[in-house]
Amino acid sequence: MNGYSFLIFIDMKIIVLMKQVANKDAVLRIGADEKWINENDIAHQTNESDGYALEEALRMKEAKGEGEVVVCSLGPQSAKTVIKDALARGADRAIHVVAEDSKTLSPYQIANAIADAIREENADMVFSGLQSDDASYGQTGVILAELLGIPHATLVIEVDRSKLEGSVRIKRELESGWYQWFNYKLPALLTIQSGISQIRYASLKGIMAAKKKEIRDVTLPLENFASAQKIEKVYMPLKTKQTQMLGNGDAKAGAVELVEKLKTEIRVL
Amino acid sequence: MILVFIEHKNCVLNKTSLEAIAAAQSIGKDLGLKVSAVIPCDKDCALAQEIAQYDIEKVIVAKNEKLGTYTPDAYADAWEQVIKATEPQYIVMSHTYQVRDFAPKVAARLGREVVGDVIRYSADGGRLELTRRIFLGKLDADVTIGGDAPYFITFQSGAFRGDSAAEGSAAVETMDVQVGDIRMTAEDPFQEAKATVDLSKSQIIVAVGRGIKSQENIALAQQLADALGADLAASRPICDAEWLPIDRQIGSSGQTVAPKVYIALGISGAIQHIVGMKNANTIIAINKDAEAPIFDIADYGIVGDLFDAVPVMIEEIKKAKG
Repeated sequence: MNGYSFLIFIDMKIIVLMKQVANKDAVLRIGADEKWINENDIAHQTNESDGYALEEALRMKEAKGEGEVVVCSLGPQSAKTVIKDALARGADRAIHVVAEDSKTLSPYQIANAIADAIREENADMVFSGLQSDDASYGQTGVILAELLGIPHATLVIEVDRSKLEGSVRIKRELESGWYQWFNYKLPALLTIQSGISQIRYASLKGIMAAKKKEIRDVTLPLENFASAQKIEKVYMPLKTKQTQMLGNGDAKAGAVELVEKLKTEIRVL
Repeated sequence: MILVFIEHKNCVLNKTSLEAIAAAQSIGKDLGLKVSAVIPCDKDCALAQEIAQYDIEKVIVAKNEKLGTYTPDAYADAWEQVIKATEPQYIVMSHTYQVRDFAPKVAARLGREVVGDVIRYSADGGRLELTRRIFLGKLDADVTIGGDAPYFITFQSGAFRGDSAAEGSAAVETMDVQVGDIRMTAEDPFQEAKATVDLSKSQIIVAVGRGIKSQENIALAQQLADALGADLAASRPICDAEWLPIDRQIGSSGQTVAPKVYIALGISGAIQHIVGMKNANTIIAINKDAEAPIFDIADYGIVGDLFDAVPVMIEEIKKAKG
């Protein structure tokens, strides 16, 4: 397919892809099959860059004064936490592509399932985070754009909210402190870089309002994908350096030892 | 055959592409495959002769007037045709920001996906097993790819050494490619207001991460930096929160540094940070989480609360300096 047949730009619709991932501070234990972590007893959170994607979508809707922000998450039932939090922050409704064993899915399979779930929505824009903090495939958004037949931009660090009439002007981060502005005809998919703006917290009012918002569960036949990448084994990274651990768990004693090392071994004092 | 992507801006080489050549040569040797390089360009690219001096079979300049400025649409069209014309087994690229932007699109168009940000591989019985770092650097995963060729692989910066790419001589050929509608227009790239702080010259750096907890606590790190005569730096979340200005940011989207001593306070060591500081002579990490990946590359480590350690350090340094 080659894009949507027509666009009515009165009500701007933005779909935001959000993923539930292991909490950043969680101590990870490798699962019994050694193919993933043991997710059972760890805390989860919204993937960091997805939170920024939602924030940018909400700010665009506010700048426009009208429109709809729809959250879409693929994952097990526990991902409802992420969805409800997004609704409390201001998203209007949600689509949950329920997949209990989502960790075994490859990025193409994930993108394909999401494409099937949102195609009929004919959104003006689709936002995702840059990459997930668990599997870090970093390509679900780009593949999704190709499957939907819409253009994409990755590493978006600013959106020009003053210009939102059938096109969007966005700033992409390049390497080594370089940036570049691009203009996109809509519809388009943007993958959002962390730090694009300050994320709001959910207000009490928002949390109350979220209870009335629609969450539509979608169950799709997850198609087999012959060219999928498959995780054979996960393990702690092999250490490349011999680390001298100081203080033996006592940070203050470690600090004393460290300053001694700075003097005698590292020789900077 | 293996195709390797040569990234450039106005025919000036992005040097990480030499790492991709080294990676492709290594895989080629292990699997008995020849390597050819692909340069998308709007002219007879001046870079072609430079790349032809490596030990590869061919340098293919994929040529179209719309390939002068990078856009994902133009690059995807060009790559699709080169791949269909040459039928490679593998497509090897460096995991740069540009590659992350277009490689998954090309792969998806051909019904494939990318095994991205690979740090090493092994070849066993003609089959590659690729190692990726996941969970923000906390775990490694060995990955295989199913289905038929072509297979797309991108390697992390530093996974191979660019200066280890074997030299030789290659034929240069031009392939005129068709490029369809481009749905985006690019303005000129620019640098944000020049960094006022050039941390690449620093001898000692004290860097803070999320473990510093609040903007008020930055002052403590500053005191340590002052005591050591060090410069203060930060990981991305600190600059995103605007606790320190962005010109203090170390990592793939900030500055790359190689000081004599790098002290990481409350930095877990996500890969995006590590690429910016791993070449420091001595790395010191203070972190509450004994399993933080920063300890994998640290020479000295303290597992514990930085708010216990840092005040003691400041005091001891002052004593040592008399």
